[in-house]
Amino acid sequence: MMTNIGARLTQGQFSFLPDLTEVQITAQLNYALKQGWAIGIEYTDDPHPRNTYWDMYGNPMFDLKDPAGILKEINECRKTFPKHYVRVTAFDAARGWETPRMSYIVNRPKVEPGFQLVREEREGRSIRYTIRSYAADKPEGERY
Amino acid sequence: MNTMSSPSPVLASVDLAAILREARVTEALEQLDGELVGLVPVKTRLREIAAFLAVEKARSALGMASGAPSLHMSFTGNPGTGKTTVAMRIAEILHRLGFVRKGHLIAVTRDDLVGQYIGHTAPKTKEVLKRAMGGVLFIDEAYYLYRPENERDYGQEAIEILLQVMENQRDDLVVILAGYKERMDTFFRSNPGFSSRIAHHIDFPDYSSTELSSIAGGMLERMQYRLDPAAAIAFDEYIERRQRLPHFANARSIRNALDRARLRQASRLVAIPGPVDARDLSTITEQDIRASRVFSEDNNGSD
Repeated sequence: MMTNIGARLTQGQFSFLPDLTEVQITAQLNYALKQGWAIGIEYTDDPHPRNTYWDMYGNPMFDLKDPAGILKEINECRKTFPKHYVRVTAFDAARGWETPRMSYIVNRPKVEPGFQLVREEREGRSIRYTIRSYAADKPEGERY
Repeated sequence: MNTMSSPSPVLASVDLAAILREARVTEALEQLDGELVGLVPVKTRLREIAAFLAVEKARSALGMASGAPSLHMSFTGNPGTGKTTVAMRIAEILHRLGFVRKGHLIAVTRDDLVGQYIGHTAPKTKEVLKRAMGGVLFIDEAYYLYRPENERDYGQEAIEILLQVMENQRDDLVVILAGYKERMDTFFRSNPGFSSRIAHHIDFPDYSSTELSSIAGGMLERMQYRLDPAAAIAFDEYIERRQRLPHFANARSIRNALDRARLRQASRLVAIPGPVDARDLSTITEQDIRASRVFSEDNNGSD
């Protein structure tokens, strides 16, 4: 993350690969639907790795059989937030799991400046490290 | 001749029967024939549609122009004429021929599509459409979507979304509208957008009394009951009388009548002192049928 590999955010699945095509996304959606997972679309413009809860685009989608409807939603979300990160999560409601089983980015801003490593000097010459996104300097909605 | 530029090898000829056989469509049609009594015009239309789809498939295999055919349908007919059952079978046929990807049927009515307050309808309708993607959306009593007496009715919004999806995502889902004939006709007249987007209008005729009695036979067989000879005569008479009464719902009324006869049979058996055998348990007698209110003179339409 801090090294900003290829100037790309690497969170979730497939993030070291080139952007997924619609056919590839459809195949992933199909897999998730076959497992019976509920699919949600989320977006944010604050990609800090500890920012776990992104905003949901619409409701999570339960009981679907076919990915066409989800793909349509994804494209609508991309159109609404062309410069945001958009990810698809597949939530497994099965007892014992109850957690997202898949999560991958389907939309990202054109330029991703990455993260700065911030060193904070503490007492006794100890150093605390943290990272902050260069983009997050600007107010929400004006980043990227 | 086959040139280098053609993207895929172009076949010289296609065996239509093989397409139907491979997709096991013939099997589905035969199953329909066996399961559903009567409905000859419906079955003929289904065969035509299946043949048309097979030809479309063959044409695209030969590299000829074959735009995704419009498959939206409207089923009109009185209650209990098998519209939902046929819709399920159509979903299966379309799936086997590869015109819908999953082949499931989502049956909805106005309540599932139209919301209760401003801004509620669009997400609700879209939700249903998403669930129906890859399959068939069956909208029962579709005319309730359109309420001309209230110009601010949210049904109009659902109609607009439906029309848009029916047009733009023709290869993602097939919409079937169903309802009574006259009211559907009015509905189509006031929503010309719908009738122009629906390729197949199928009318379901009422069953004749012989058809109804063989439907009853099939139902009893599946439930492992039988009518004794006197009861069979009584039941035919029942059908004749019931057909003339108001609120007659074809096969559904027959099912209700049989359910009531089973109730009467049960209470008759319970009243018998001593043991009963399998034969008693499975036989419906004349008195179980004749006790129906349809046989009393002052009846105004109930089973």
